[in-house]
Amino acid sequence: MPDSLTELTIHEAHDLLRSRQLSSVELNRAYLERISRVDPEVKAFVTVTDELALEQAEEADRLLAQNGASPLTGIPVLVKDVICTRGVRTTCSSKILENLIPPYDATVVEKLNKCNAVLIGKANMDEFAMGSSTENSALFPTHNPWDLSRVPGGSSGGSAAGVAARETVYALGSDTGGSIRQPAGFCSVVGFKPTYGRVSRYGLVAFASSLDQIGPLTQDVTDCALVMNAIAGYDRRDSTSVPQPVPDYTQYLNGDLRGLRLGIPKEYFVEGMQAEVATAIKAAINQLEELGAEVDWEVSLPHTPYALAVYYIIAPSEASANLARYDGVKYGFSYQAPSMWESMEKTRQYGFGVEVKRRIMLGTYALSAGYYDAYYLKAQKVRTLIRREFDRAFEKYDALVTPTSPTVPFKIGEKVDDPLQMYLSDVCTLPVNIAGLPGISIPAGFADGLPIGMQIIGRHFGEETILKIAHAYEQSTDWHKRRPPL
Amino acid sequence: MKLSREEVLHIARLARLGLTEEDVDKFREQLSNILENFEILQQVDITDVPPTAQSVMLQNVMRDDTVAPSLPPEDILANAPRREGDCFRVRAVLE
Repeated sequence: MPDSLTELTIHEAHDLLRSRQLSSVELNRAYLERISRVDPEVKAFVTVTDELALEQAEEADRLLAQNGASPLTGIPVLVKDVICTRGVRTTCSSKILENLIPPYDATVVEKLNKCNAVLIGKANMDEFAMGSSTENSALFPTHNPWDLSRVPGGSSGGSAAGVAARETVYALGSDTGGSIRQPAGFCSVVGFKPTYGRVSRYGLVAFASSLDQIGPLTQDVTDCALVMNAIAGYDRRDSTSVPQPVPDYTQYLNGDLRGLRLGIPKEYFVEGMQAEVATAIKAAINQLEELGAEVDWEVSLPHTPYALAVYYIIAPSEASANLARYDGVKYGFSYQAPSMWESMEKTRQYGFGVEVKRRIMLGTYALSAGYYDAYYLKAQKVRTLIRREFDRAFEKYDALVTPTSPTVPFKIGEKVDDPLQMYLSDVCTLPVNIAGLPGISIPAGFADGLPIGMQIIGRHFGEETILKIAHAYEQSTDWHKRRPPL
Repeated sequence: MKLSREEVLHIARLARLGLTEEDVDKFREQLSNILENFEILQQVDITDVPPTAQSVMLQNVMRDDTVAPSLPPEDILANAPRREGDCFRVRAVLE
């Protein structure tokens, strides 16, 4: 048995649970105790589902006694508060949904329930997943476990901080422009955005429907593959999910990189990038070369500099349409004024935070009469060029390797008044969503004790290749074993 | 080009979003800055390039029209701010 139960990965906990050296109730009690000790500082949780967790843990123990366990049975998971959980408050960290109790489970939650996973809580996030620091939560900011004065990244900041602080074994997040990978990089955990359509989004509160994906945040790549095995696959309730069989992702984690060709797109080592980040990622790529991969350092994706503008037209446009549903009629906060229009306008004025309003305004403008062609349609056409450029690169390379973000985690408050600076922190991750590709961020070093993430990008539905590369790198380093000082 | 006050108010009205005077000033400034940054797209040649609405190229997804249970009305109405019987209660649309 390890010294502390809250140091276990999914696969380690599973071995102990299956051999009956540990019960799910003991494991979950240890996590609940850790949450009550460290979460007042980290603030990763919007809701701790302690009673539900212990009930589910007892049920898991019964199954484990009958040898009916899956790799996730009895192990705690933290779910981002943008994913619907039946009977458990789902706020999107917004005032407008502060008291919403969904009447149904998201498909991913249903799938975890079928595995008898244990829901330990709901994670804080930037309101409606709009942000890069979790400071846009209308409830409270989350703190980075590696340095509490810094942001954990976002928008899945609660999910990433919760895993890094060992308040859960793993978490689910959502990623529209980097919202899983960027916080994973900032908190030194593994964060995975699957191909668009790989994981069902039924029950994920919609932000930008042509970009959103759900994915895992875990302590290592093996855990990431195990969670993907459980949540991936076609779902008739999400018409954008793709009917492709799901492989057993763990069978690709065999360490052999010989014959794999990696491209390093030079545009991702952007101007203004922190020198320590570039140095760490270049060292990590050298390591991949030593592990047998062939590396081409001279790849160019010339449309990369346009991705930020494309993203910040398309995502707010889609958001402005998706968020039109918050009118105070069917659910959520409702301001009662004498007239219908005033009720609606005041509901949205008091219910939404400033970044959400900013993006609704931006998207409404880009879609409005006279501007649609100049902004939205133009952005969709440049999107085609970005996608084609990736397609061409993947004719030559099996994966592309880049930094996850241009800097280490910044200070809380540093960028809140400068939206453009904040948007730049996703500059390396958002092209991946624009093209719908899978991408992973894995721990790749530290600068003055602050985490640095490496991003590996794969072909559409090429999840197994990037997991294989990520796993081989991880096994040759000990970054993923370091713990924040908490 | 800076957005006018009227333009900001027009967009807010399209979005049914109430704004304070302070919001209007702030958004004039910030949205203008952001839109100015989008000008970079004018450099890209998009002649004969079709738009991409969705990246994995699924089209016209159909399903069979089969009868299946829906959520019970009581569950759906449980979150309603105002209800009357099995209906959502709203303010008068026509006055």
